[in-house]
Amino acid sequence: MPEQSQAARPHQSERPPLSERPMIEIRNVTRSYGAFKALDDATLTIREGEFFSLLGPSGCGKTTLLRMIAGFDNPTTGSIAVGGQPMEGIPANRRPTNMVFQSYAIFPHLNVEQNVAYGLKRLKLQGTEEKRRVEEALEQVSLTGLGKRLATELSGGQRQRVALARALVMRPKVLLLDEPLSALDKKLREQMQVELRRLQQAVGITFVLVTHDQYEALAMSDRIAVMFGGKIAQVASPKEIYQRPVNRQVADFLGGMNFVKAEIVEENGASLVLDTLGFGRVKADKPKAFVRNGEAATLGIRPERLRVLWDNATAKFEVAGKVVERHYFGEITHLIVEIPGLEKPLSVTETNDFGADDIPVGTSIRLAYDPEALVAMAD
Amino acid sequence: MTAAAEGSPARRMTRARRNALLQSEPVQGFALISPTFLYALILLVLPILVVIAHSFWTQNYLTIDRTFTLENYRIALTEPIYRDLLWRSLYISLMVSFFTVVLAYPIAYFISFHGGRHKSLWLFLITIPFWTSYLLRVMSWKVILGYNGVLNSGLMGLGIIDEPSTALLYNSTAVIITLTHAWAAFAILPIFVSLEKVDRTLVEAAKDLGDGPLRSFLRVTLPLSVPGVISAALIVMIPTVGDYVTPKLVGGKDGVMIANAIQAQFGKASNWPLGAALSVTTMVIVTLIAGAMVLVIRAAQRLAR
Repeated sequence: MPEQSQAARPHQSERPPLSERPMIEIRNVTRSYGAFKALDDATLTIREGEFFSLLGPSGCGKTTLLRMIAGFDNPTTGSIAVGGQPMEGIPANRRPTNMVFQSYAIFPHLNVEQNVAYGLKRLKLQGTEEKRRVEEALEQVSLTGLGKRLATELSGGQRQRVALARALVMRPKVLLLDEPLSALDKKLREQMQVELRRLQQAVGITFVLVTHDQYEALAMSDRIAVMFGGKIAQVASPKEIYQRPVNRQVADFLGGMNFVKAEIVEENGASLVLDTLGFGRVKADKPKAFVRNGEAATLGIRPERLRVLWDNATAKFEVAGKVVERHYFGEITHLIVEIPGLEKPLSVTETNDFGADDIPVGTSIRLAYDPEALVAMAD
Repeated sequence: MTAAAEGSPARRMTRARRNALLQSEPVQGFALISPTFLYALILLVLPILVVIAHSFWTQNYLTIDRTFTLENYRIALTEPIYRDLLWRSLYISLMVSFFTVVLAYPIAYFISFHGGRHKSLWLFLITIPFWTSYLLRVMSWKVILGYNGVLNSGLMGLGIIDEPSTALLYNSTAVIITLTHAWAAFAILPIFVSLEKVDRTLVEAAKDLGDGPLRSFLRVTLPLSVPGVISAALIVMIPTVGDYVTPKLVGGKDGVMIANAIQAQFGKASNWPLGAALSVTTMVIVTLIAGAMVLVIRAAQRLAR
């Protein structure tokens, strides 16, 4: 018994092991508007209790997909199931999902309490149950005591919390969030990221977040689907997406990346041997979804994985070059370093602890790198 | 030297002050509204003041006795004929505004929510009846509702009635039917505007929280379009109280309204002060009812939450 209750109510700071059970199954879903395909043959499984993000630039189809899960739009072809139940023909008001809208969609003629209780009214709860659940939801989003306020009297952050409470109070199987933080200022946004993540772990509901902000997706998600032009490019954990992007597009979208032209010398099960001009012959992990296209490939390295070698320090793996540009960003400095043989200079991010902000332009420097940090990508 | 070149200090001051005056927002605002304001003052406020003044005077055959008296108001408020006419006018105008709003709402809703790319075409189509004169539109109802009219012959042709009904024309119902049609567009437009302002994601949010189409309409769309409903009701009610062409043409004996009595006092009966007192009384009562209507609808809206 004690073990069971512990499993059901995990300690807040510890992440419970993710269930492998699927919550949302998206199978070959296409949504076309005439000849234009907003979503093109998307297949994806979102697991129970997972914080899942749909990440991509505007127009990539992420919101279309979210709206189809919610029931505001229907797939042209393909199927969506939530909690094992096919959603075809089920309108939004009878789906086990609730949504936090980008504009929050707070009812302006109702106060905070009435907004949160909106969906409960229909359930005709016994006695004080409705009141209790509303108060509980307001507490979850730290809005206790603001129940009587009108929506027009709330700040952006508070409206966002009301939208969240209004959806959570329905105890949905899946909570859908459509760019919920995009209207907040940077500081509030970062605070809400932490809070949302904490809330999701506390309630254990599957969250599906749509965002174009890669840092938001990296900071909050268990897994991320990166989308471009209606297609899902990669589905993986934040760490894997960042460190092992499948192609240049994904790598480029998630922060800076130096791309170096490479030629495939050898390909086997898990690794690739590549020839490059600046880095010589390197062996790198082969991405899971690697599709070879002739001999050409791309080798990538993140700017922060290149370290400046000071004075006579040496490293096992290094490249030499000349600083051509320097940009100061407070805690870090961006150096643009020209490497002989490379068509494009490398960008390097160095913390300012050792004086990277004082390196004069024109200085010859050496850069150390870890071969583990080199990423092979399909061209 | 330099001072002379720039003009005397006093002159510079006045110019600066004049510029400041011209650039101040209230002054610019007054300048913009002044033509309309003067127009309204001369053609609206002055006549009303003249009417109010007359209502306290007495008609003395061809001259007007300008000693202050409340006699006209006593007649206007206590004589049964004027009381009845006033009640009937208010009843007719309230019925007309009720039916107009009830009939206009679905049309406005359809255009706003299902008009798609053709919204302006729909609005344009609604104005088509206004291409003909108001009188012609009223007359055409005579053709429809008359003894040998379209409605009677149609009902007889279908065998529903045996002989033409006289209950259709020349009574207050005919006035209500005619006015409801005449004012439809004026009710559709304000309701349409307020429906356009309803954020569609709010309707989606209601749906997401479990409401079907009817519930989300009753709980979100309708309460948020109340301002349009109020203005539509007022826009229809206020002018219809004072309408006298329609009752004259289709109202018959039972459809006479207060405006017909006022017209008679200024015309054939030639008792301007009594006509003026009737006008002022009507104006005051309409103002009170309009205010009450706003309060009642607001209270209903609050209760519905």
